[in-house]
Amino acid sequence: MKKTDVNHYQHYLNVVDCQQACPAHTPVPEYIRLITQKRFGDAYMLNWQSNVFPGILGRVCDRPCEPACRRTRVEDKAVAICRLKRVTADYKEDIRERLPKAPKQTNGKRIALIGAGPASLTVARDLLPLGYQIDLFERDSKAGGMMRSQIPQFRLPHQVLDEELDYILDMGVNTHFDHPIKSLESLLSQDYHAIFIGTGAPKGRHLHLPGFDDCKDDINIGIDWLSGVSFGHITQAPKRVVVLGGGNTAMDCCRTAKRLGATDVKVLVRSSFEAMKASPWEKEDAIAEAIEILADHSPLKYQRSEDGHMRVSFEKVISSYDKSNNRTLTKTGETLDIDCDLVLVAIGQDTSFPWIERHIGLKFNDWSQPVLNKATLQSTLPQVFFGGDSAFGPENIITAVAHGHKAAISIDLYCQGKDPENRPDSDFNLISQKMGMHEWRYDNQIEHHQRRNVPHIDWQQASQELATEVELGFDEKLALKEAQRCLNCDIQTVFSESKCIECSACEDICPLDCINFIDDIPQSGDPETLLKGKLRVEKAHSEQDYFISDKLNTGHIMVKDEDVCVHCGLCAERCPTGAWDMQKLILSNIEATIK
Amino acid sequence: MSYAKSKFRHPNLEVNDIGLTYRDYEGVVSTLCAGCGHDSISASIIHACAELSIPPHKIAKMSGIGCSSKAPNYFLNRSHGFNSVHGRMPSVTTGANLANKDLCYLAMSGDGDTASIGLGQFAHVIRRRLDMVYLVANNGVYGLTKGQLAATSDKGAKNKAGEISPFNEIDLCVMALQLGASFVARCFSGDRKQLVSILKAAICHQGFAFIDIISPCVTFNNQANSKRSYDYVQQHVSTGAVSDFVPVKDEISCDLPSGNYHDICLHDGSLIRLYKVAKDYRSDDKLHAVNMIEAHKAKQQILTGLFYVNPAIDTYHEVNQTSDTPLNQLREDALCPGQRVLKSINGSFR
Ligand SMILES: Cc1cc2nc3c(=O)[nH]c(=O)nc-3n(C[C@H](O)[C@H](O)[C@H](O)COP(=O)(O)OP(=O)(O)OC[C@H]3O[C@@H](n4cnc5c(N)ncnc54)[C@H](O)[C@@H]3O)c2cc1C
Ligand SMILES: Cc1ncc(C[n+]2csc(CCOP(=O)(O)OP(=O)(O)O)c2C)c(N)n1
Ligand code: SF4
Ligand code: SF4
Ligand code: SF4
Ligand SMILES: [Mg+2]
Repeated sequence: MKKTDVNHYQHYLNVVDCQQACPAHTPVPEYIRLITQKRFGDAYMLNWQSNVFPGILGRVCDRPCEPACRRTRVEDKAVAICRLKRVTADYKEDIRERLPKAPKQTNGKRIALIGAGPASLTVARDLLPLGYQIDLFERDSKAGGMMRSQIPQFRLPHQVLDEELDYILDMGVNTHFDHPIKSLESLLSQDYHAIFIGTGAPKGRHLHLPGFDDCKDDINIGIDWLSGVSFGHITQAPKRVVVLGGGNTAMDCCRTAKRLGATDVKVLVRSSFEAMKASPWEKEDAIAEAIEILADHSPLKYQRSEDGHMRVSFEKVISSYDKSNNRTLTKTGETLDIDCDLVLVAIGQDTSFPWIERHIGLKFNDWSQPVLNKATLQSTLPQVFFGGDSAFGPENIITAVAHGHKAAISIDLYCQGKDPENRPDSDFNLISQKMGMHEWRYDNQIEHHQRRNVPHIDWQQASQELATEVELGFDEKLALKEAQRCLNCDIQTVFSESKCIECSACEDICPLDCINFIDDIPQSGDPETLLKGKLRVEKAHSEQDYFISDKLNTGHIMVKDEDVCVHCGLCAERCPTGAWDMQKLILSNIEATIK
Repeated sequence: MSYAKSKFRHPNLEVNDIGLTYRDYEGVVSTLCAGCGHDSISASIIHACAELSIPPHKIAKMSGIGCSSKAPNYFLNRSHGFNSVHGRMPSVTTGANLANKDLCYLAMSGDGDTASIGLGQFAHVIRRRLDMVYLVANNGVYGLTKGQLAATSDKGAKNKAGEISPFNEIDLCVMALQLGASFVARCFSGDRKQLVSILKAAICHQGFAFIDIISPCVTFNNQANSKRSYDYVQQHVSTGAVSDFVPVKDEISCDLPSGNYHDICLHDGSLIRLYKVAKDYRSDDKLHAVNMIEAHKAKQQILTGLFYVNPAIDTYHEVNQTSDTPLNQLREDALCPGQRVLKSINGSFR
């Protein structure tokens, strides 16, 4: 069989499930180890380097890392990666001295950023230390984008937001608040060396059903209503509120309505409860705050009665899925009427570029999205780059950050007259963790305890206070315990064929049956198919690759299934010749690994 | 240094007929040298017992003294066990077997424990046809006492300290054949597939089953000139027949394979299926077995595989017509029937 290519870091990076799943490739296990050593400031800085907003993301990140976490494949629940990130922010010392500074002498290149959301701010953070001069244009009077206008304070307090925004703004961004850009053409005429567009996806969708016109005064677009609340224009909600939609916006709407005085809040969603787009923890919190979620209900019409009351009608539906997971909704004929005083529509949002003239050479596709090079985020106007929700539609903060890093690399290359497609890559290093005979530089004992819950304020109190953060975060003791659950997936099992004497000690000791010594398979092709039935235990998940060795002395090959290895180091401890070693993967330039 | 294995298990681990996985047959983490062949033997025993779905409490692990005799601590920690005196495991096993013939006696010894201090006990337990599985982990040295040459080392063999063996070796398989063992095999700890299937057959065999397992000592006998090193054995091992174990439950359902094979039906109805590699291979002829072993030695080869099996021999209990109920289950009134019976027994001698 073909030996696994380990001359590049990709195989090893894949093994670090959480880091690979994080759009910004945050070195998760490394910061969790720093937490276990109570080096909170160091752990914070490591995060800050990759994801720019550890305090913010430690509270509201969509956490794509957690479903990927290796622990979910050997037990129920992931490590509380996200909430451990918050711990680094909560317990760090003052780190301002450690932040990079813009050089006194600029490099003479001027960059315009449009929109002050996480995408633009990441570009600013990456380019300022390189000497770029940054002009930031923002429609609102403060920075933060949707992190300020949409995400409610009970999930993300403004002082947390302000602290991390200021770290960047204080590096020397020329800010222009209350300054909407109304014409890209005129901005282009100001001779910026490059322009980054990070204007998000600000246009909420309406739901036009029969009766809409009669009721439209009491039907609001969710995201507009939330920003009204955030900016203090809306301070009250009527008694009965219906929220349409099942994503995170719907969850923020219903929980906010409750805090503004609504007593009867219902969320109605067409999908099944399980298939709702909202993160499981958002749903749990809403339910804990006594909000009713009615799944499998498709809205039919709005109605206004003679006496002025509003009613929304729904039909019960059944979701079913075919083999390729396409959903079909079957109507049941059963209907449900709900009387209410306010409807909040949270069924999606879109980008909006009325301020980009269509004749300036910036091409749009059929869906009115800019045509972009995926690898560089460059538009068809070479000096214009996109990122965040504005690039490919609504995503989340960490994706916006990842785009920001990617675009900053492109802009830097472009401004030096280089081709942004010709990108630098990261170097990697594998550092042996061996210390003496059988001691390791990391704690290789496996902690079997289940995930710890994050403490929160009383739910009754929570649903009454708009600006009080619900979650209290881990205290130090809980944090240290939870941090022990990390399996150190960045400590790689590295194999050297020439040292192996084929004693099978590693194969026998491995608690997860990862290691196999088998006859070589002469055919080439998909390893999963070729290896079927040949290993100790059948592969359980396809996410992870095999690690396949060259031929050994007897002609056998070593095949390790990376899938459920818990990085306990026993294979390396029991190997008489050091053919296995536990080595830490270190990437020199993590931003460059974002592909 | 890790003292325990993670409790996490592979989600697709096979569950046997009594609801256990092989991990339920493990022992504590081995303290033998990393890479010791004995650890592979332990692992093979774990898999063999799990695959046979033997309830762990139906097994008794017996051993003497040596690294090999320590090994039972590293497998089957839900089973019974007796770590006895150097070379005296056969007597202790005999006693245990007399008291409770219902257990499966799995004995692990070394070449020192068996071929030196315990040679007499070895001979007699074979002669008595005790129903047990007797394993010797053969590394050519006394591992535990730092590598002195064992009596299984060939004449001229040199240990790590430079000591040279002046005498001919004892071949325990040849001895076992000569003394009447009804199941005799030689394996290599590094050939897991063969070892597991022969172990399973030995466990199912009723009678005395002996397996000599070449098991390299990585610390004291793995040097370049050693004939028990991984390298040497991997290069010189050969087999007369590849064996497969077919459990009773699979016998009817499985398709018969093609090729030159030969089935031997064991006492419990399971089969050993032998795929012949050597044309003249047979497993029912002691003399032939001894010849094959010696012929391979002359060619500098180590012959492995099942050498001899007689599935229909009477065992110790049958020969001695012991009671059907194991002694430890007989009630006091049956074991000590009282004055009246004693009198009649004494009377029979008059
Ligand atoms: C209700 C809600 C809750 C959310 N919760 C989460 C969450 O918990 N976790 C998460 O990761 N993500 C969440 N998101 C998504 C997240 O907020 C966005 O994906 C993210 O903020 C996108 O960042 P961005 O930099 O692309 O743009 P944005 O954050 O949208 O920022 C764009 C900025 O550009 C400004 N702008 C727009 N047009 C112009 C113009 N013409 N001139 C000048 N300025 C302009 C806007 O005022 C805004 O400040 C949520 C979204 C919503 C709607
Ligand atoms: C009565 C007695 N004599 C001598 C010893 C010392 N001793 C301990 S182990 C051993 C030899 C063990 O050799 P072997 O059975 O081959 O086991 P290995 O360690 O090689 O697996 C000896 C001689 C002893 N423990 N007891
Ligand atoms: S580190 Fe080695 S022994 Fe531990 S689970 Fe991974 S492969 Fe198995
Ligand atoms: S323990 Fe080491 S020498 Fe033995 S088989 Fe595994 S890698 Fe090879
Ligand atoms: S000394 Fe030899 S026999 Fe004993 S544990 Fe070490 S390698 Fe195994
Ligand atoms: Mg020995």
